Amino acid sequence: MAILVGKDTKVICQGMTGRTASYHIERAMAYGTNVVGGVRPGKGGTRHLDAPIFDSVSDAVAGTGADASIIFVPPPSAAEAMIEAIEAEVPVVVCVTERVPVLDMVRVRDALEGSKTHLVGPNSQGVLTPQACKLGVMATVHERPGSIGIISRSATLTSEIVAQTSAAGLGQSTTVGIGGDPVHGIGFVECLKLFMDDPETAGVILIGEIGGADEEMAAGYLSSVKAPKPVVALVAGRHAPPERRMGHAGTLTLFGRADANQKIKTLRAAGVHIAPNPHDVAGAMRQSLE
Amino acid sequence: MNLHEYQAKQILAGYGVSVPVGEVAETASSAQGVARKLPSKRYVVKAQVHAGGRGRAGGIKIVDSVAAVEKAAEELLGQTLVTEQTGPEGRSVRAVYVEEAIDSKRDVYVAVLVDRETGKVSLIGAEQGGEDIEERAAAKPSIIKTLMVKPDGSAAKGAFESFAKKLNLTGALTKKGATLFQGLAKAFVEQDASLIEINPLAVTAGQELLALDVKMVLDDNAMFRHQDIHDLQDKDELDPVEMQAQANEINYIRMEGNIGVVVNGAGLALVTNDMLTDAGGVPANFMDIRTTASSLDISAGFDLLLSNPNVKAVLVNVHGGGMQRCDTIAEGIGISIKRCGCTVPIVLRFAGNNADYGRTLLGNYGISYIEAQDMGDAIERVIALVRPEAA
Repeated sequence: MAILVGKDTKVICQGMTGRTASYHIERAMAYGTNVVGGVRPGKGGTRHLDAPIFDSVSDAVAGTGADASIIFVPPPSAAEAMIEAIEAEVPVVVCVTERVPVLDMVRVRDALEGSKTHLVGPNSQGVLTPQACKLGVMATVHERPGSIGIISRSATLTSEIVAQTSAAGLGQSTTVGIGGDPVHGIGFVECLKLFMDDPETAGVILIGEIGGADEEMAAGYLSSVKAPKPVVALVAGRHAPPERRMGHAGTLTLFGRADANQKIKTLRAAGVHIAPNPHDVAGAMRQSLE
Repeated sequence: MNLHEYQAKQILAGYGVSVPVGEVAETASSAQGVARKLPSKRYVVKAQVHAGGRGRAGGIKIVDSVAAVEKAAEELLGQTLVTEQTGPEGRSVRAVYVEEAIDSKRDVYVAVLVDRETGKVSLIGAEQGGEDIEERAAAKPSIIKTLMVKPDGSAAKGAFESFAKKLNLTGALTKKGATLFQGLAKAFVEQDASLIEINPLAVTAGQELLALDVKMVLDDNAMFRHQDIHDLQDKDELDPVEMQAQANEINYIRMEGNIGVVVNGAGLALVTNDMLTDAGGVPANFMDIRTTASSLDISAGFDLLLSNPNVKAVLVNVHGGGMQRCDTIAEGIGISIKRCGCTVPIVLRFAGNNADYGRTLLGNYGISYIEAQDMGDAIERVIALVRPEAA
């Protein structure tokens, strides 16, 4: 079933009665996603978009058997919504919310430790298994069911690569947006592991960018795997203006790792094929699959 | 959000971190007045700008008399200070901080930040601090010691003490160091900081620990719960154009080139500028239209781009997503161009959600543009427009 979500995934939405959530959930339903309910404290027992609303995630899970949740909750309470889903042991949780305070995410990461949840995001476009389940807010124009897994830190760049892999006849098994925030849930490494174990995925595309350490950690993991599936990476920001900063500590922890060219070098050394630009990605993947 | 040194010291003093006695001054005569009140014969006059590397750039002056404080303040105030962290344009000095000079027997380095790899609040330190800490740590990473703390800033019993010992704070200094580090971690969490850096943390002859310089950066996303601190923001330190863009849900950074760039999404924006640069073009800006920007926001962002006199051509590269669609961006561009009547040539590449509708809308606004098939084509066409022979 690709990874994380598939045809049988039962989805609930936290904060479903809001305007943005309603807009996107309606579209997800139209796409064929099996949305079984929503959560909105104080509105339990009512219905919205023809689905039952519950007061809490645990009520919703008990009432519907949901195994995935998508969160549209404003930044001040997004962390509590994520922690509630983690405590209710929802296997897959996507948080779309942008601008969640970093220290709130430190608490969420703490709650994730040893839990049964894969958290995707925050600040994520979500997870899409074409023609099966859309647990997210991404455009569904160019996606096609296929054999390529896509893991990305950037939403619009994902749309771009989805379009190109479809045009190349490869299609996608699942696309995962890990989100652009400094502290987030699932990263490149966990997604790579899931794709390596997924029989429907033949190759994986990583869409990275300057900053953070996800690319370096992915390279470390891939070096440790015997005969991994082919991996192609695009790293955005080779010519980015240098980040303005104060103090020394930013680079101290990174030891020069944030630079795009350094990331490219590290990934290449781990056997990853590098696509310099978006329009090289599908071709590089085709070549490495041959 | 960046704080000035004097603001950061005030906040940390509330958490039991000792700092030298001092006050901020905006004129040379008030600087002299501050010095007069200080219980010291030697003084430090420090430019208050949001950048590191002030010492090496001449922004910190140590003087021996009240008259010399006035003279130092006079030199610094109004000066544009260029440090390794300001960029070539530098920062204009609007205030100085005057404090007692402290004799340091040893300079320690300590900072608190969120480690992106583990997602934990981390204290990092080195027994020898100073302005070259970055170079020395790069050459020898083992000089950096780390302590991960709990999400609430606390740590296991004895953890702060053993961190202090790793920084060679022995004897009576172990306890003092531990108390200071505990206060720092607490301040970091309670104030929603993303960085607190003390460099140097002085060890005095009297076995005291004093924070001689402090840098503190707060998480913009957490300002909703810190209105009091938000009011401390020095708006003069911000780029007015970039601030205007932020108010309109757009990330915008001015650059040196002549090709204005309009993109939705940070990743696609980075890649667009990468491809432009590879092909020999020079972007005039970085622009990332956020998913939350309305058409009016986008029109304001486009106004900003057009207000840059260096822009000779505009590249619009938009992949309509689930949240930010092509038609919203077309509407924004249409409003802006109608408003200013400007005629700079536009190369347009729309893909994804509502691409056709976006093109129709631009047509309805009567805006002419050069249509590109894909990103590569768009970049070729816009570079052709700015070549010298095309002018």
